[in-house]
Amino acid sequence: MSGFPIVAREDFSDTTFLLEVHHPVLAKAAKPGQFVIVMTHAKGERIPLTIADFDRSKGTITLVIQAVGKTTREMQANCAAGTELFGLVGPMGEPSHIGEARKVVCVGGGLGVAPIYPQARGFKESGAYVIGVVGFRSRDLVFWEDKFRAVCDEFIICTDDGSAGIKGLVTEGIKQAIETHPDIDEVVAIGPPIMMKACAETTRPHGIRTVVSLNPVMVDGTGMCGGCRVKVGGRMQFACVDGPDFDGHEVDFDDLMNRLRRFAEDEQIALQRWSDSCRQKISVAGADGEA
Amino acid sequence: MAKKKRTIRSIPQERAPMPVQEPQQRIKNFDEVALGFTLEDALVECARCLDCPEPACVAGCPVEIDIPGFIMKVADKDYRGAYDILSEANLLPAICGRVCPQEDQCEGVCPVGDTLEPVAIGRIERWVGDQAIENNWSRRPHIESKGIKVGIVGSGPAGMACAADLAKAGCSVTVYEALHEPGGVLRYGIPEFRLPNETVDAEIANLVNLGVEFECNTLVGRLFTIEQMLDEMGYSAVFIGSGAGAPKFMGIPGETLNGVLSANELLTRCNLMQAGKFPQYDTPLHLGRRIAVIGAGNTAMDAMRVSLRMGADKVFCVYRRSEAECPARLEELHHAQEEGIEFHWLTAPIEILDDGDGNVRAMRCVRMELGEPDESGRRRPIPIEGSEYEFETDMVVYAIGTNPNPILGQTSRLKLNKWGYIETDENLATSMAGVYAGGDIVTGAATVILAMGAGRRAARSIKNYLAIRDSETIYHPQPVGAEGQLFGIDLAERNFARLRLG
Repeated sequence: MSGFPIVAREDFSDTTFLLEVHHPVLAKAAKPGQFVIVMTHAKGERIPLTIADFDRSKGTITLVIQAVGKTTREMQANCAAGTELFGLVGPMGEPSHIGEARKVVCVGGGLGVAPIYPQARGFKESGAYVIGVVGFRSRDLVFWEDKFRAVCDEFIICTDDGSAGIKGLVTEGIKQAIETHPDIDEVVAIGPPIMMKACAETTRPHGIRTVVSLNPVMVDGTGMCGGCRVKVGGRMQFACVDGPDFDGHEVDFDDLMNRLRRFAEDEQIALQRWSDSCRQKISVAGADGEA
Repeated sequence: MAKKKRTIRSIPQERAPMPVQEPQQRIKNFDEVALGFTLEDALVECARCLDCPEPACVAGCPVEIDIPGFIMKVADKDYRGAYDILSEANLLPAICGRVCPQEDQCEGVCPVGDTLEPVAIGRIERWVGDQAIENNWSRRPHIESKGIKVGIVGSGPAGMACAADLAKAGCSVTVYEALHEPGGVLRYGIPEFRLPNETVDAEIANLVNLGVEFECNTLVGRLFTIEQMLDEMGYSAVFIGSGAGAPKFMGIPGETLNGVLSANELLTRCNLMQAGKFPQYDTPLHLGRRIAVIGAGNTAMDAMRVSLRMGADKVFCVYRRSEAECPARLEELHHAQEEGIEFHWLTAPIEILDDGDGNVRAMRCVRMELGEPDESGRRRPIPIEGSEYEFETDMVVYAIGTNPNPILGQTSRLKLNKWGYIETDENLATSMAGVYAGGDIVTGAATVILAMGAGRRAARSIKNYLAIRDSETIYHPQPVGAEGQLFGIDLAERNFARLRLG
């Protein structure tokens, strides 16, 4: 299989955008909590992205991407409806365990807002009472509010500046949920490691089971390279095949955050080189226009 | 014209030397180290074969190539004929000629080796394979489509060998690969200076020519299960050759520091993802200056030699046993030594040390001595008390073997053995009817040719399971009548004899 057509794109902000990709077999197989590996072109890198949604009747999966590094900015610049992804493989990882929990808090922040959606929907479908908590910097960055409201019994938006919902981080939303509901069975948190760590620390004193979804650096995503190893409960685990979901109270987040810095220098080089070449292209185009 | 019988005295006494790139030059490039025989070299080497009546080499070959047969064709200057014989048993001669451990197989049992150096069978095989690629020879035997679909999981050597045999038997074969390019370990693992990607491409093209379809970007188990392949997708049989998978670490402190990685990761970044061409290619490696590779097998040798070519100042091999127990092929060890790799035998790391910023600064190592033989028959390494010391390094690469990949176990009902590998019987049948497995996912990490041998054995079993008459059996188009039948079974099929026509 090769050449995966992008059928729709939606931009949520100047860094966050959504791609809907046609892949009926993948859409049929995908379950909440799983991820894919994407390659944008033959010289590209393989990047893991959590599946933000899937539509079995349309045969599509949805990816929400935050343009932060070279590859994701390049995707932002080049990926449009009608273009193709060079490589797309998945679904990878063990699906989230959606089972007996009767009252659940689903927490998403930053990159994690989109992938928490299928979890919330999955829990709703399983008959659970779902409290959604999502965090954004400000009101104008909020997306998918209607989608979330449709699958959540309660929905709490947190913004850094208080321009929408409650002012503060998602941990404030979790605290509010715990105060009003003493019988929460499970908290699921997806987002940047620092956020997931804070969520785990918020629930730890209450002894509420807290599941986090880890997204470390990986190459193949099939358990072969071992680049995604994380420390969980003092043991080494491979996020791609043993996870990506782990018990948040057991994860060594400091170790994970250190490992995410592994290629910081190279990422900087790649990004710089790419931005320079974009500027060059623009100036060449400009010069042509003047001539 | 009767040929004079060759004897050990009449053949050329010395092996034709293999031309190689000089060490000082080759550590600066990824071109092949062994340049391959010229025609003259090949003819000299072929003249050294005694053409034994009961050739030990054939029995020593996991895929039972008619070795004297193809060597005599080369000696007779019928190169195409040599390729036809070779490719009957082995569709991938250019690969096997390069990467098989011939010294333990065909060449290890060659009687010439009792007195002289054995015939360099692997090098002749490679020469013939390269001729085939150069001259675009391919073998497309007459294939009668049986309308039977067989699915193969993994496009490495086991899957390729199995695919070739089943395609020749008339099955519609689809090979699924999780990565974005086919070839498995031949692509992501073995570096270009031992096996150029072009050679892998050429051999895969041969399979495509036989009608084999390759589907990349497909993770079997997750995208669809083995059960779905049989129940929903119309496959009559499935072969699993997904490879060993998960790299082993030692469980010592400091293994998640930046600068510690598996040989699999290093090789995949360099071979498959072309990290050597970063930033033209997007995948980085972030190579250290002083690189310590733990382990001394073939994968360790590859990781060391790749590191050197990527521009490391110094590369070390750290192995807990001595040189005598080194599991790598002798040729690989010699090449690594020539290239300036520093070997630290009888040394084991016990901790990897932090530079204070989450990166590797050094290892704490302990010196070892050899004690009594262990269950592997090799002398057991024992730490020498009080011998701990610091070993300065900024990148540590683990090449100490693999654990089984868990994905198929997680997603199917396949029975696994106590180590987590797929359990099979002697015919490579798994616990699920119609599903066969072979290669590293059954045996644990081994060699390319053993995986190919397993792929061929599984193909034979699959043909039996699907009641496909093997091409080796003789088919009588005319029914032999009622006397020739017993309970409706044609007796002529039972004890067939192998005939050579012409």
